[in-house]
Amino acid sequence: MDIQEDVGRKLPTGGEKIIQCLEREGVEYIFGLSGGAAMPLFDALVDSKIQLVLTRHEQGATHMADGYARSSGRPGVVLVTSGPGATNTVTGLLTALMDSAPIIVLTGQTITPMLGKDAFQEADVTGITYPVVKHSYLIKNAADIPRIIREAFHIATSGRPGPVLVDIPKDIGQGPCDAPFCDEIDLPGYQVTTRGAPEAIAEAARLLRAAKRPVLYVGHGAVISGAGKAITTLAEKLRAPVVTTLLGKGAVDETHPLHLGMMGMHGTAYANKAVAGCDLIMSIGGRWDDRITGRLSDFCTDAVKIHIDIDPAEFNKIIRPDVSILGDARLVVEDLIPQIEMADTADWLKQCEKWRRLYPLKYPKQGGLRAQHVLDRLDALTQGEAIITTDVGQHQMWAAQFCRSRSNRHWISSGGAGTMGFGFPAAIGAQFANPDKKVWAVVGDGGFQMTFAELATASIHNLPVKCLIINNNFLGMIRQWQEMFYENRLSGADLEGNPDFVKLTQAYGIKAFRIRRPADADRILREAHEYDGPCVVVAEVVKEDNVFPMIPAGASVSEMLIEKPKHTLPKPSGST
Amino acid sequence: MSAATQLAQLSPQIHTISLFVNNAPGVLVRVALVFSQRGFNIESLVVSPGAEGRFARMTITCSGESEVLEQIIKKLAKLVDVVHAIDHTGDLAYETEIALIKIECPLEERTAILQITEHFKARVVDYGADSMILQAFGSSEKLDALISLLHPFSIAELVRSGKLLMARGKSTT
Ligand SMILES: Cc1ncc(C[n+]2csc(CCOP(=O)(O)OP(=O)(O)O)c2C)c(N)n1
Ligand SMILES: [Mg+2]
Repeated sequence: MDIQEDVGRKLPTGGEKIIQCLEREGVEYIFGLSGGAAMPLFDALVDSKIQLVLTRHEQGATHMADGYARSSGRPGVVLVTSGPGATNTVTGLLTALMDSAPIIVLTGQTITPMLGKDAFQEADVTGITYPVVKHSYLIKNAADIPRIIREAFHIATSGRPGPVLVDIPKDIGQGPCDAPFCDEIDLPGYQVTTRGAPEAIAEAARLLRAAKRPVLYVGHGAVISGAGKAITTLAEKLRAPVVTTLLGKGAVDETHPLHLGMMGMHGTAYANKAVAGCDLIMSIGGRWDDRITGRLSDFCTDAVKIHIDIDPAEFNKIIRPDVSILGDARLVVEDLIPQIEMADTADWLKQCEKWRRLYPLKYPKQGGLRAQHVLDRLDALTQGEAIITTDVGQHQMWAAQFCRSRSNRHWISSGGAGTMGFGFPAAIGAQFANPDKKVWAVVGDGGFQMTFAELATASIHNLPVKCLIINNNFLGMIRQWQEMFYENRLSGADLEGNPDFVKLTQAYGIKAFRIRRPADADRILREAHEYDGPCVVVAEVVKEDNVFPMIPAGASVSEMLIEKPKHTLPKPSGST
Repeated sequence: MSAATQLAQLSPQIHTISLFVNNAPGVLVRVALVFSQRGFNIESLVVSPGAEGRFARMTITCSGESEVLEQIIKKLAKLVDVVHAIDHTGDLAYETEIALIKIECPLEERTAILQITEHFKARVVDYGADSMILQAFGSSEKLDALISLLHPFSIAELVRSGKLLMARGKSTT
C-alpha cells in the first residue's frame, strides 16, 4: 500500500483487528457475554460476518465453544468481559484443558495504565488461569495483536490441543492498530512431533507380533487425531480386541465385533476382564487415568505396555511403558500396520466372547422407568448417527454404556474434569458446528440446573438441539456412593425442591415432553427426535438405582461389582 | 548448621535444572507453578538474560524424588515459553555460587575469622567497627563448608546468589 493511499484511511481499532484476525482463522461463531472492558470487541462484531452467540452465563459460553470444537475439530471461540466475566470461564478452561479441547477465550481487561490498581472489574486473569490453560497472553501492545492471535490458534489446535486465553486491555481494543496480519509462527519453545520414531515403532510391532492376548486401548487422542480407521485395520489384522475410555468412544465403531466397549470404573465387565487378562496392552492416545487403571499395583502387572501419545509428559507419568512412541496417534498406527502380520489369537478372542456372554450389561426390567431403558431406546433410535453429549453423574455412565458410539466425534462428555453443567451447552455448541446432524444432550436433573439458562440461547437461535433429562430427583452418583460406601448416610444428595422441568422448559417457549412409563419411551423419543426445533424430554426415572458394573476407586478388576453388594463396602482409597 | 546443609541432610537428592526460556512476563510464574503443583520446594533460583535478549536463563536447584522430578522436567519442557529444560544432576557441569556474609564481631575475633576467610579465598568487602562483610565464590558445597565454620561467630546476615551452572564442552546448558 503506498503512502498516498494510506493517508486519510482510518486505521482499524485493536478490537477490529482482533476480529479481522479471527475471520482469517475461519471463525464462524463467537460464544460470549459482554461487559465494559469487552465493548470494543463486541462493537467490532457488529460489522463482522462472524456470528455472535449471546449466552446467559460465561461458563455456558466456554462449554459451547468446547462442544463446537470437539464435534468439529475446529477451535471454539469465547469472548467475555473482565473480572467476573473472565473468572466465570475458569471451569470451562479446566474442562477443556483436562480433555484436550481447543478453545480460545478472549477476555476484556481494564486499560493498561490501570493494571494492578484495583480498577473496576479488574482481575489478574492471566494469573488466575495459569494452571488451567495450555498457554495465555496479556496484550500490552496493539502491534502484537496479529502475532498473538495467530499463535493462540496454532497452540490451541496443534499437538495436544488445549485452551488458550488472550487478555485484552480496553485501551488496546479501542486504540488504533496498524500491524499487518501475521502468518508466520516463531515459537522456539513449542515444537510438535507427529511422526513416531521408526525404532520405537519397529519395537512395538515386534512386541505386538509376539503377543498372544493383545488389547488395544483407545483414548481421546485417537478421536482427536482421527485414528479410528487405522486402529480398526490394525485390530482386524492383529485380531485383537479393542476397548475404549469414556472419551475414546466413537474412534472405533463400538458395534464392531472386536469392540468390547468401555473399560474402567463403570466399563463393561468383559472389557475390564480382557484388560486384566491380556499379555499386551497398547494405549493409543490414552493417559492411563485412575478411573481406568484402578489400583496401579494390580493393573496389567505382567502385560507388556505400549504407549502412543503426542504429549511426551504423559510417558512414565502413571505407568512405565515397555515402549513409548511420541507422535500423532493416526500416523503412528498407520506406520505400525505394515509391520504387523495376521496373528492367531483365536483362543483369546473366544475367551473375550465368553466373558461378553457371561457378563452382559443388564438392568432390571421391572419396577418403573429406568434410565438404562431410556438410553437403550435412545441408542436404538439414533443408531449412532446423532451426536450425543452428556453431563456428569450416573446418567453419563449409563449413556456411555448403552449409547454405543459408531463414529468419530459423535460422543462428547466431560471426562478429566467431570464438570456438571457441561452437557447441555456442549450440545448447543455441537449443534452450531453440525447444523445437519441430530444432537442430543443427556443430562441429570442436578447438572442441568447448573447451566439450563442456555435454554434461551437454544430458543433464540431455534436450534434443533434435544435435551434428555434423566430426572431421578437426586444427585444420583453421590447417593450411590453414600449408599455403597457410607452406610447409606445420605448427605446433600436429595434434590428436593427440583422444579417441574417440563414447565421450566415451557417457560422459555421450548417444547417439552415427559416420559413416565417404559412403554412410552420409544414413541416420545422419536417424536422429540423428529421435532424441528429445540426440545427437552424429561424422563422421570426411578429414584434409587445404581450404576454397575463398578470397580470402586483405587480397587482392581478382581473387586469389580457386577451388581448391588449386600454390605457396605470399605471407603474407596483411590483418587476422589 | 547452615540451612543448606540441613536441607541436604533432610533430602538425599538435590537437583540442578537449567531452563532456557523466553524473556517474557509471566514465565517465572508458569515455571514456579509446575514445582508448587507437586509440592516441590525451590531451594534456589537464578534468572538472567541470555546472550540474545529474547531469551533468558534460569538455574534452579530443588530437592525431591527423582521420579517426580522427571515429570516436573517434562512439564517444564512442555511450557510454550520454555525452549529447553535440562536436569544436570550428576553432570560434570561447571558450577559456582557467590555468598555475602555479614558477621558481627568484636576486634578480638577478627584474626580467627580472617584466617578462615583466607583459607577459602574469600574477600572482606566491608570492614566496619562492629561487623564485616565477606564475599566468597565457589561451589555450593564449598560455601556450605565456609558458612558452617563461621557459625560459631555471629552471622548477622547471609545472602547467596544460588547456584550458577554451565555445561562443559559441546553439551548444552
Ligand atoms: C460442578 C460439579 N460439582 C460437583 C460434582 C460432583 N458430582 C459428580 S456426579 C454428581 C451428581 C450429579 O447429579 P445429577 O446431575 O442429577 O446426575 P445423576 O448422577 O443423578 O445422574 C455430583 C454432585 C461435579 N462433578 N461437578
Ligand atoms: Mg440426578
